[in-house]
Amino acid sequence: MSTQEIRFSGFGGQGIIRCALITGKALALYDDKFATMTQAFGPEARGSACAAQLVVSDERVLYPYITQPGVLVALSQEAYDKYYGELPKGGILIVEEDLVKLRGEHPDLRLMRVPATRFAEELGNRLFTNLVALGFFTAVTNVVTAEAMKKALPGLVPERFLKINVKAFDKGYEYGVQMISKNTRGDVS
Amino acid sequence: MKTKLSGVSEQANVRSSGRYAGTKTVTADPKGVDSGPHFMDGDHAIAEGALAAGCRFFAGYPITPSTEAAERFAERAPEVGALFIQMEDELASIAALIGAAWGGQKCMTVTCGPGFSLMTENLGLACMTETPMVIANVQRGGPSTGLPTLTAQQDMMQARYGPHGDNAIIALCPDSPQECFDLTVEAFNLSEFYRVPVIILTDETVGHMHEKVVIPPADQIQVVPRNNYSGPKEDCRPYKFDSQGGHPMVRAGDGYNFHITGLTHNEKGYPVMTADQNKIVVTHLMEKINGNADMIIRLDEDQIDGAEVVVVSYGITSRIAVKAIQDARKEGIKVGSLRMITIWPFCEKRIREISSKVKAIVVPEINYGQMVLEVERNAGGRCKVISVNHCGGAVHDPEVILDAIRKAIQ
Repeated sequence: MSTQEIRFSGFGGQGIIRCALITGKALALYDDKFATMTQAFGPEARGSACAAQLVVSDERVLYPYITQPGVLVALSQEAYDKYYGELPKGGILIVEEDLVKLRGEHPDLRLMRVPATRFAEELGNRLFTNLVALGFFTAVTNVVTAEAMKKALPGLVPERFLKINVKAFDKGYEYGVQMISKNTRGDVS
Repeated sequence: MKTKLSGVSEQANVRSSGRYAGTKTVTADPKGVDSGPHFMDGDHAIAEGALAAGCRFFAGYPITPSTEAAERFAERAPEVGALFIQMEDELASIAALIGAAWGGQKCMTVTCGPGFSLMTENLGLACMTETPMVIANVQRGGPSTGLPTLTAQQDMMQARYGPHGDNAIIALCPDSPQECFDLTVEAFNLSEFYRVPVIILTDETVGHMHEKVVIPPADQIQVVPRNNYSGPKEDCRPYKFDSQGGHPMVRAGDGYNFHITGLTHNEKGYPVMTADQNKIVVTHLMEKINGNADMIIRLDEDQIDGAEVVVVSYGITSRIAVKAIQDARKEGIKVGSLRMITIWPFCEKRIREISSKVKAIVVPEINYGQMVLEVERNAGGRCKVISVNHCGGAVHDPEVILDAIRKAIQ
């Protein structure tokens, strides 16, 4: 791996920035990578389309912003609409299955859909949506290890909800692993 | 490469210990040191650096993009035993620092351009009264309220020349959250030793970006402790005008009679408003910094020997510049890099040396061309000086810097 650029996006309140923080911490502290995280600080961080970016590399990251994301995680329609056009051919597009209505088949992209909100609600609260999405992201991309992600959680999720967040992560992760092994449309093409 | 997080971080504290001649450094108070690896932004790292350096007083007024530093300090203050006060505005904030410093505390505030403008009057008072303090200016686009959430490096000259009257300050430019920590510790050390306000001139990008920050164990962090006068009453002098650092403060409440004023004063601190006395005071204020510039200045240099072009940069722009430099080298251009970690005092001598050996110096910065003026002045026409300016709100496109390097060798 040389450099990978990842964008997490959704609407304010979904825990988008937390997604990037957890992944960045996991990579930088436990996966021995260089990771630089930047986030939207305008009004977009408080309600509408919200995004956080992560640049990951084996060497020191020089340019801190993403120029062309290789992975887009879109947990809302607006985020998907705004960002999917940036992905290059072969880029990974992860969308929230129930919240995002696709604008096409995206034959050039590796499209992955996950009902993250529904899974989170099954676990008791839609607040865990981001952790389900992160588990899924971890399984279907080779960016970060699941071990590192779990190690990164303490301090970034409230302690009393740590267990349930890990559960949410595992749920998303298992779903991702299953999807990859099935290799049907709706996952890696 | 892997261990070279910020270029200087591993060495910073080690080197610091030898730089304050005559002053004994001590290891940091473990209470303020949150040792270990973190994934944190530059603003938080500034607050951690301050606590590690022994800062126990923070007065400030929140303003984007510096607020996270204040939040971090406020959150940590109770467990460390520090005091955090949100003041009514920036004028009051820096005034509170002056009081806290003479009350015996290491102190700091954080702000950005609009707040820094308000602090300028009392920054001058702090310079005149030789009051140690650290001010972080997390720069955002200006002028005026400009671009609250977007990056810039437009306050470079303001930091140096903001207050009226002749005075000198020290300013440091971190290029990463790791350096935000390292340089904040160093800022406190310099501030204590030279009894001068030290400014962390960072920017929104570095302030808000998260990266790995390794905070060393307390016993590996050297700090310059507050030096309070403790001798006989009749010999008590809050000032010594000898163009050097290392002089003790006098702490209010310790029983000594002394006077602190913005008026021109003698070594006891009492007003002596004559041209002769002003010569003594101003010379001291300027020369304790300029005369010790070699001790204070830190630069990060790469392949300057044999270079045809040298890129002179600082802060976040230096990272973007390295990308352009790497690409230029792939094209066979001999290009070196000079990253100014210390921005004030300016590295005049080094620019003079370099200017006599290279075809051109390229100066990218996120402003309309500020530090390039210092480079031009010191290059003195010996080489071309090319400004790669940017009006703020984003970092450079590395391609633009690369183009300037290509043009420089033509």
